[in-house]
Amino acid sequence: MREVKISLVGYGVVGHGVVDVLTRKRAMMKELGLDLKLISVTDHTGTIISEDGIDAQKILGEKTLTNVATSSMKGKEAIDAIASDLVIEVTPTNIVHGQPGLGHMEAALAGGKHVVTSNKGPLVVAYSRLKKLAEDNGVMLKFEATAGGTMPLISLVERTLVGNTIYGIRGIFNGTCNYILTRMAEENIPYTHALSEAQDLGIAEADPSYDVEGVDTAGKVVILANALFDMNIKYSDVDVTGITGVTPEALALAREKGYAIKLIGDVPALTVRPTLVPVGSPIAVGGTLNSAAIYTDLSGTITVSGLGAGSIETASAILSDVVSIYRTKRIDAIF
Amino acid sequence: MRLSMDLELQDIPGQLLLALQPLKDNKANIISVVHHRERKTPRGTIPVRFVVEMDRSKLDAVKSQLVSLGVTVVRAGEVRFIEDVAVVLVGHILDSDLGDTINRIDSTGYAEVMDLALTMPGVNEPSSAYLRIRATGKAEIHKALSILRQVGEEKKLLVIEPIEDEAA
Ligand SMILES: NC(=O)c1ccc[n+]([C@@H]2O[C@H](COP(=O)([O-])OP(=O)(O)OC[C@H]3O[C@@H](n4cnc5c(N)ncnc54)[C@H](OP(=O)(O)O)[C@@H]3O)[C@@H](O)[C@H]2O)c1
Repeated sequence: MREVKISLVGYGVVGHGVVDVLTRKRAMMKELGLDLKLISVTDHTGTIISEDGIDAQKILGEKTLTNVATSSMKGKEAIDAIASDLVIEVTPTNIVHGQPGLGHMEAALAGGKHVVTSNKGPLVVAYSRLKKLAEDNGVMLKFEATAGGTMPLISLVERTLVGNTIYGIRGIFNGTCNYILTRMAEENIPYTHALSEAQDLGIAEADPSYDVEGVDTAGKVVILANALFDMNIKYSDVDVTGITGVTPEALALAREKGYAIKLIGDVPALTVRPTLVPVGSPIAVGGTLNSAAIYTDLSGTITVSGLGAGSIETASAILSDVVSIYRTKRIDAIF
Repeated sequence: MRLSMDLELQDIPGQLLLALQPLKDNKANIISVVHHRERKTPRGTIPVRFVVEMDRSKLDAVKSQLVSLGVTVVRAGEVRFIEDVAVVLVGHILDSDLGDTINRIDSTGYAEVMDLALTMPGVNEPSSAYLRIRATGKAEIHKALSILRQVGEEKKLLVIEPIEDEAA
């Protein structure tokens, strides 16, 4: 049995999902030979630590750690002080300076701890630096959940499609935009109506600009370009147009001619724009779904789709990254 | 009448000017020249497509002059639009001179706008248009789309292009 001591940093929507999933899947992971033990959780109020593993029942009902924290340590201080093997970083995304996640990841990697994250910010801002830091310290940085949520994309390209030359990836990487465009087309309603509907359902934030202006999608384009295409690009290298200018009339005209309008991110073209997609195309998924077409030399075009967000769904991608770290060393390593 | 000519030029300086001479001699009005530098043939020649306005009866004379200058004539005849593409525009399409927008494509000689549908929900509201562009080849479609993209930027129109079936 391989014991893995895990520290979780960030205890919001995804953080709760991680605690839930690690608990629910503990037995299944043990059958695989992995004892995934959550020994600390940190949010910006403090930290709860338990060497024997945190009791999920005790904390899942708590929105923050205010009432259950056993230490006032926060962020980097907690990461440095707690002897874990792996840090799951799920604090809020900031794609301008990457903080607080960037500092957390640097502390973890420099301390010889693997990092698994759903936080795009640090990767958009400092991918190559973080990657080098991980290599220098002999640990791994995994971030499947940052691009496409639970939809397998990075591992699919890196592992399953290994040996293929990847010509490009195009897809829908933002469920909020996809929901709004889908509803506008279905109900023939203006953008503002579909947006407020999405806000009522909790699909869009009160300030939706990060999603609807295409910023989130562009962040994912940067991550995919850097991680899968070795492009070493910055956010400003992406040409971004969001969905706020799309009208129900445009959707109707497109539909009459057999097209949907979707916000498509394109690597290596480095564009994010509303795009006509043939209605029958496998990437023309509706609702909050994400999708991606991967263009390869040997396998032709591979298309995947799945939920791009959600507490448990995102935690699933994180769990899969955690397992893959130990798999590389045990099951499918090349000797 | 409007004719198109697919030629192959040697990859040495001066070839384009050389190929233009017979056209000038026969009073052809050159509408567009698309030089496919990136698509060098296995023979090492460079494909070039001319679209010209000229008297059809002069075509044979032009062809034989070109051949005698060492230029390969792959095809010469009426302009054929073999590729087409759908585009949706959103914005103040009429107020920003739709005629000019269309003309920017049509005047290329290698592409033209067909099949236009316009919806105007009300004054001051952005209108939406669907149009198809057809062109003499895939490269010409790309050029026409980039012209349209530029027009869109000038006139503050949202240009919604189709996704490509393959990676570039
Ligand atoms: N939600 C999804 O479905 C989804 C999907 C894919 C990726 N992501 C990404 O995953 C990350 C987490 O998303 P989320 O939805 O869980 O966000 P969230 O609900 O806002 O949670 C963020 C958590 O981080 C905590 N935090 C903020 N600053 C901190 C600091 N300096 N140190 C420690 N903790 C800190 C927050 O605490 P307070 O609340 O007390 O400030 C909160 O617990 C984000 O980067 C997001 O972009 C989310």
